[in-house]
Amino acid sequence: MRRHFPGALAALLGLVLLALAVAALRDNARLFGLSLLNGLTLAALYFLVASGFTLVFGLMRNVNLAHGSLFLLGGYIGYSVGEHTGSWFLALAAGFLATALAGLLMQWLVFRRMEGQDLRQTLVTLGLSIVLADLFLWIWGGETYQFDPPSWLMGVVPLPLVGKYSGFRLVVLLAAVVIGLALWLFLNRTRVGMMIRAGVDNKRMLSASGVNVQQVFAVTFAVGAGLAGFAGVMGGTALSIAPGEDVRYLLASLVVVIVGGMGSIPGAAVGALLIGLAETFGLAYAPTYGVVFTFLIMVAVLAFRPQGLMGRRA
Amino acid sequence: MSAARWRRAMSAPLAGGAAARALREARVDAASAGTVAVAGPAGPGLAPSRAAGWRAAAPRSAPALAAIHRQAVAHAVVLALLLLYPAVATPFFTFQVGAQSLVLGMIALSLAFLGGYGGMVTLSQMTVAGIAGYAVALLGVNADAAHSMGWPWWLAVPAALCLGTLAAALIGVLAARTEGIYTIMITLAIGVAFFYLVQQNYTVFNGFQGLGRVLPPPLFGVDWRSPIPFYYLSLAVAALGYAAAVYLSRTPFGIALQGIRDNPRRMRALGFHVTLHRVAAHALAGLAASAGGVLLVWYNSQISPGSVNTASMINILIIAVLGGMRHPAGAYVGALLFVLLQNFAIDLVDRERFNLVIGGVFLFVLMVSPDGLLGIWQRLRAMLHPAARRRGSAG
Repeated sequence: MRRHFPGALAALLGLVLLALAVAALRDNARLFGLSLLNGLTLAALYFLVASGFTLVFGLMRNVNLAHGSLFLLGGYIGYSVGEHTGSWFLALAAGFLATALAGLLMQWLVFRRMEGQDLRQTLVTLGLSIVLADLFLWIWGGETYQFDPPSWLMGVVPLPLVGKYSGFRLVVLLAAVVIGLALWLFLNRTRVGMMIRAGVDNKRMLSASGVNVQQVFAVTFAVGAGLAGFAGVMGGTALSIAPGEDVRYLLASLVVVIVGGMGSIPGAAVGALLIGLAETFGLAYAPTYGVVFTFLIMVAVLAFRPQGLMGRRA
Repeated sequence: MSAARWRRAMSAPLAGGAAARALREARVDAASAGTVAVAGPAGPGLAPSRAAGWRAAAPRSAPALAAIHRQAVAHAVVLALLLLYPAVATPFFTFQVGAQSLVLGMIALSLAFLGGYGGMVTLSQMTVAGIAGYAVALLGVNADAAHSMGWPWWLAVPAALCLGTLAAALIGVLAARTEGIYTIMITLAIGVAFFYLVQQNYTVFNGFQGLGRVLPPPLFGVDWRSPIPFYYLSLAVAALGYAAAVYLSRTPFGIALQGIRDNPRRMRALGFHVTLHRVAAHALAGLAASAGGVLLVWYNSQISPGSVNTASMINILIIAVLGGMRHPAGAYVGALLFVLLQNFAIDLVDRERFNLVIGGVFLFVLMVSPDGLLGIWQRLRAMLHPAARRRGSAG
């Protein structure tokens, strides 16, 4: 009886949500459709940020509280490069590469020196995030930046139900799906991916079988950080880039991986979907307390499944 | 209740190897946390036969007695200096530096207690302080009659302390399910949720603007917000908090908590209710944070969402880490350094670049010494007096 309880509860919750969705559809189909699409694109953005976060955590047990700063770094550098070259795709590449490099440096200069000291590493990333936020404010000021992608990306797409919808947001959605698939392929079909998965399961065994674990760490950190920078340019184009966004996306990644399960890429996808949809629907239907919904989801998950929806017990 | 449990667990399996080892470990760790000299003789319920199993306590040797003596003298000197401080300091130094350090130190103390003795590093201590602060403003008197219940202070302040403690216990129930870095993440998320709640809610919390003109009660005809009285008020509360933390660390509860910090599985096997101990630690730390929160509201004479935002939450963690979490004194040392930096970083760099300075100092201390300033101090002392180091490693 007790074992079936969460399952039954989930089914009940699903039914209630379905009923609410039907009611909302009949009441105002366009608002519902728009919220759904906005929620999906926000979830896509959250997935892009959180997948890097969860990848790094899964392998290195390193809660990178500077992940939001990496997001912002990618956005700012991408913006500067885009301004100089006039190419949005170069901006995207620069955002990815610059943060990947920053991640590599962080791993190489700092975290390698304090391996196994989880708390100390976390505190260091916290200090880094404070310093970086202030440096960004110094260099790029307090303005809000928006990117200027090629017009064929920015078009308006006619869709059933909602009428017209921003083309770029659909691009973000597509990018998240592509990146998600690419990550899956990378982790499951390549040699380095295999090493990373082995490292997640048992670091010492991996090291004992002759793999240079430090190199695997460095690659993982670079990919994870690069994804944050990539998301920075994507998010900066879909929404905008400004001081304070780092904390917002850090928090989003935290909640997403807590809900989805630490260290699991599918978990990040599920968590991002839940949180993105909850935030958008909360904003549309209960404007004042949109954030509280996110929090409630987190508490519910912690109460019934502390390791996260897709997580495994450590 | 936990004390009874502790005694039961203590008396039964002490002959058994593992159990005795676990308890001894817990004690030795208490010792290395800087309480060695006093923990032995003062530890309640420590029968001689048990003390025999504890190598650090052994008979009260001359060096141990000397250490007790030295500690007592150090405490007395520090207290005397703190009491005399307003006589020599300007009102600015008394209020902005002295009182603010004591108040922030009080909130950081709650984190140092949780982190140092319980091994639980949270980010939500400022949230707990903020809940108590909002409670004292809402239940008591503030500038906006529509947002205040107008209770007298002797009702509003205890109610605020109770609410803060209760909130801390609830946070503890959630956080105790997790360990290590997970605790930081969950408490961060809780704290930010509270921040958004008070920022978006206008009917109760007055949103972005917050609540103004929250003042300490004019008791005995003294204006408790003028520098010198407020300094002594904060000093009294801070000293009480410090003494309570040091005392608690030597009670059966405190020792059990330190045992849980070092090895939760072993303590669970010994029959301790690990979660309950953790939640209780959260509640006790919450009481300290609440007291600090009430003082902080009086110090600022207002509270707003800015008082509980991410930056303020992180500041408390910075203070505790800067000072070092091995001993409650670290919280106050860290707070003093933090406040000094906050006030005088302007002279070193641009006013706008304060975060760069504090972040840099934080990173530096973290890289040099994981135990903060207290750790640096202890290492310096060990370098100057090799004898002290020998004692330290024996204890």
